[in-house]
Amino acid sequence: MAQKTMIQAITDALDVELANDPKTLVFGEDVGKNGGVFRATDGLQAKHGEDRVFDTPLAESGISGLAIGLALTGWRPIPEIQFFGFVFETMDSIGGQMSRMRYRMGGTRSMPITIRAPFGGGVHTPEMHSDNFEGLIAQFPGMRVVIPSNPYDAKGLLISSIRSNDPVLFLEHMKLYRSFRQDVPEGTYTVPLDKAAVTREGTDVSIITYGAMVREALKAADNLAKDGINAEIVDLRTIAPLDVETIIASVKKTHKAVVVQEAQRMAGVAANVISEISERAILSLEAPIGRVAAPDTPFPFGQAENIWLPNAKDIEAKVRETVNF
Amino acid sequence: MAKQHAAVDFKRLLDNQDADFKPTIQILDEVGKVVNPDIMPDLSDDQLVDLMSKMVWQRVLDQRATALNRQGRLGFYAPSAGEEASMIGSHAAMKKEDWLLPAYRDLPQLIQHGLPLDKAFLWSRGHVAGNEYPEDFHALPPQIIIGAQYVQTAGVALGLKKNGSDEVAFTYTGDGGTSQGDFYEGVNFAGHFEAPALFIVQDNGFAISVPRANQTAAKTLAQKAVAAGVPGVQVDGMDALAVYEVTKEARAWAAAGNGPVLIETLTYRYGPHTLSGDDPTRYRSKETDELWQKRDPLIRMRNFLTGKGLWSKEKEDALIEKVKDDIKNAINEADKAPQQTVSRFLKDTYEESPQNVAEQLAEFQGKESK
Repeated sequence: MAQKTMIQAITDALDVELANDPKTLVFGEDVGKNGGVFRATDGLQAKHGEDRVFDTPLAESGISGLAIGLALTGWRPIPEIQFFGFVFETMDSIGGQMSRMRYRMGGTRSMPITIRAPFGGGVHTPEMHSDNFEGLIAQFPGMRVVIPSNPYDAKGLLISSIRSNDPVLFLEHMKLYRSFRQDVPEGTYTVPLDKAAVTREGTDVSIITYGAMVREALKAADNLAKDGINAEIVDLRTIAPLDVETIIASVKKTHKAVVVQEAQRMAGVAANVISEISERAILSLEAPIGRVAAPDTPFPFGQAENIWLPNAKDIEAKVRETVNF
Repeated sequence: MAKQHAAVDFKRLLDNQDADFKPTIQILDEVGKVVNPDIMPDLSDDQLVDLMSKMVWQRVLDQRATALNRQGRLGFYAPSAGEEASMIGSHAAMKKEDWLLPAYRDLPQLIQHGLPLDKAFLWSRGHVAGNEYPEDFHALPPQIIIGAQYVQTAGVALGLKKNGSDEVAFTYTGDGGTSQGDFYEGVNFAGHFEAPALFIVQDNGFAISVPRANQTAAKTLAQKAVAAGVPGVQVDGMDALAVYEVTKEARAWAAAGNGPVLIETLTYRYGPHTLSGDDPTRYRSKETDELWQKRDPLIRMRNFLTGKGLWSKEKEDALIEKVKDDIKNAINEADKAPQQTVSRFLKDTYEESPQNVAEQLAEFQGKESK
């Protein structure tokens, strides 16, 4: 089986679905000849043609509006927003329009759109590119927000997202694009939406996280294991709506929880996870729920990412605090 | 050598910007005299009468909807009296299969395109049944976010082109809408993709209270098409024949694969912005109202048709009574709509319900069955 990086797995998923479904369309800024600024769409235009893979004028609202109109006329759009930091330009199309189309029209229309966007810290982009705004979109009923943490999931989740008749925001963490390889099967396979994964089984504490923080949590868990602390890791994968069942099952097993997100502490996904645990499993808990998150400033300047982003050490410290409560 | 003249003649550039958009296209003048016989649309007597009948229908609908709103029998309503030629004239150039992406004042076109009147009333009241569209009804419910329908129209038009369809996407906004970024993005995208779209700007002079002059330094709104490389045209929006002819030609241009057209109709809304407390006397003078009422689209068409022996007061009175009856029946039909349920909304939010929705669905189904 081929070892692939996450970006290669994503290209593979797009390639597979362009071939499987003649109604799929890949478009956005620089996705054509250039193959995307991260090369996610590398070679796809040459292989599938300019009708299926095409550049658009430079306007994010236009791109998402285009996706809505294409979906209405029978197409399955897979637009790319070049960086998720540019999402505000297209917020109405996502939050105001496509997320509610099915509801608004009494179930008589659907929006089979998958918006892909790179996000996340660690690659020192210029400001306003990398922000962790996933929590904003998590507020829109009708949308799903999917964030893979590894190449295998990235391909399977992207194929599931494309095939879903509901709109999906598919966020790709830039740090993960090329940081490691994994076995990625050829051809078609899916990883289910709305389903968290237990990435590492453990008995002493549940670390609940997603995206690039899964790797940090794994590092932390290895260190903790040396001291006999056996951490379970739950990778949310679909961060909105949440797979509460998997979260609660893990917490009821370990009786302790630490919730980790790369995003700022205020509001956000971790807050939602903590609320669900508090509401549904508080009597199973033997310690307060721990939270690891970035500080409540805007996303940092490129050179300051290292002092701002949560990492394995932060997770390890918080887990020790929780376990030793 | 000393400089002989300025490199750029800014004044000339500014003065000539609207050169291609004058004069405003007109066929019938204010009293219904044909002033431009060369471009008279090729319409049969029956079609002419149909155009007038639909304008009368819209005027009566507007009066009755306003009254029903005051009685508490209708919800949100944006009056459209004064805009009949713009709305009916442009819609008359649409084919049944064409796509309509209306704004909130464009209920008349939506009903003419096939939305049953009782459904339109349900939309107004805030009932989901008003937005349940059969698959072959090529329209969206009225757009609330100004400009959103423009970017979506570019997508619909591109989708039609990719489908090899000969359908055309029609969308509307007002003068205020042309200030939105989405307005330009929509027109520009459709222009780039040479997609079959008609972008119709109904310039009724005011965006709620803000006059047209406050929206832009551009002398016409039609000329905004130039920046997108798209043809733009300005038409007398009180003249149904002119609006029809221009829209019909634009539709043919777009359907032939030439790309979109931007049409600006110069019109006026006699009533308030909506019936939710807007008072036009705060921002419009009686003189301006009267000036536009003299240009009324019904007066000129009535005179024109009466002169041809195609229209009479009796005919109009009988039509008005029939429209009132239809409206009465539709509002009674709307009253029969079932109570809305949260469980239905939850089911409609996703095709495949995630856990939170499934859980809440069970909860609401329990409550609602009691």
